[in-house]
Amino acid sequence: MNQTTEPITNRTVEEFMKGLWKENPIFVMVLGMCPTLAVTNTAINSLAMGVATAVVLVLSSVLVSSMRKLIPDQVRITSYIVIIATMVTVIDFALAAIVPKIHKELGAFIALIVVNCIILGRQEAFAGKNNVWLSFMDALGMGLGFLFALMCIGMIREILGSGSLFGISLFGSKFEPWVVMVLPPGGFFTLGFLLLFFNWRKQRKERVKAST
Amino acid sequence: MKDDLKNTATPAEPSSSRLIATLGIAGFFSGLLLVGAYLFTLPMIEANKAKALEEAIYKVLPGCTTFETLVLRGGKLETVKELKAASGGKPEKMIYAGHDDAGKLIGFAIPSDEPGFQDLIVGIIGYRPETKTIVGFEVLDSKETPGLGDKIIKDQAFRTNFQALSVEPQIVAVKKGEKKNPNEVEAITGATISSKAVVRLLNAGIGDWKGAIEEYLKNGELKNQGIEELGN
Repeated sequence: MNQTTEPITNRTVEEFMKGLWKENPIFVMVLGMCPTLAVTNTAINSLAMGVATAVVLVLSSVLVSSMRKLIPDQVRITSYIVIIATMVTVIDFALAAIVPKIHKELGAFIALIVVNCIILGRQEAFAGKNNVWLSFMDALGMGLGFLFALMCIGMIREILGSGSLFGISLFGSKFEPWVVMVLPPGGFFTLGFLLLFFNWRKQRKERVKAST
Repeated sequence: MKDDLKNTATPAEPSSSRLIATLGIAGFFSGLLLVGAYLFTLPMIEANKAKALEEAIYKVLPGCTTFETLVLRGGKLETVKELKAASGGKPEKMIYAGHDDAGKLIGFAIPSDEPGFQDLIVGIIGYRPETKTIVGFEVLDSKETPGLGDKIIKDQAFRTNFQALSVEPQIVAVKKGEKKNPNEVEAITGATISSKAVVRLLNAGIGDWKGAIEEYLKNGELKNQGIEELGN
């Protein structure tokens, strides 16, 4: 990486943008598959999961980055996990207090954000080595990228599987919902087709680039 | 802004005490934050739970405006204001006696659960001892298959089963359109397992508490008579 020579502002934008698109945690890096497949059966669940994960990621990255010089290398993973687990538990309490219905639907998957590899991955790969500002931008980009991907899957699954979006019926009573889409196989189908689409686009772009 | 892309690991080995101190301090602050968050959100979480329960009770007992909590102690139903600290870890089982505006007893809301197709179905039953009928039923928690088993919550036709369902001699599930007796529940086509689980849940809930409720009502009547006699 020779980004150090670039101006700071460019670097900031770049660290933010890469999580949204070029290194999207779901569509490109294929990380954090457990919540991606398990809780994307409705748009609102995807939104809640995405926001919760993004908040945990941003808070953890900022904390890890600001304390990276105090944490000895030998105990860094343990410290990261303590920080992440603390943030997740706080978010868990907050969701139960503010939106009890969504908290109940997401169930154990809130607690499982602790072991979401996107979060520990960003600490180990980025926040542990970079300053607070860049770590914040990196985490924000990755968090929003994760949220964006979850929303894509959640909206497709809810529209086809329940005939509604954010709980609002779209097609009236004549539409027969494709129940399979809100069941676990629907998660695999939707993710599979989306990955196919993103890879097809990427390959086409590369071909265009190569031919010119 | 300072550029610090360099690895932060110091070349010298940190001492064991520093490693322990780092984790100790991290644990200490994490503990502080967690306890703070817990204490801050606890009243809200409890209020949410109480509200959900209250709404469910009012739904299963039409006309009910107030309720009191009853527990079974020594084979008798007792009114409780505050729950005793659970002995042995298991909380006491409760039912709720619902009253209308005039303070007249309408019926009892009985929580009950039963394994469904995937996980426990947790529900609350509205029971009228006068007529020995179920007058309402709400599912509080279930993980039945979306689109099939979750019709026990969403299917209006299925829900009408519980408007006046006789509990005697026992509630039974029948196929859709074959209901002839007041103690029969029309199962949902394509969700027989979940429908039958609901019927088992109803029978178990009523079976567990029916005796105690009758006893409680009898004692209540005796007491009322006693008061009237004293008044005379």
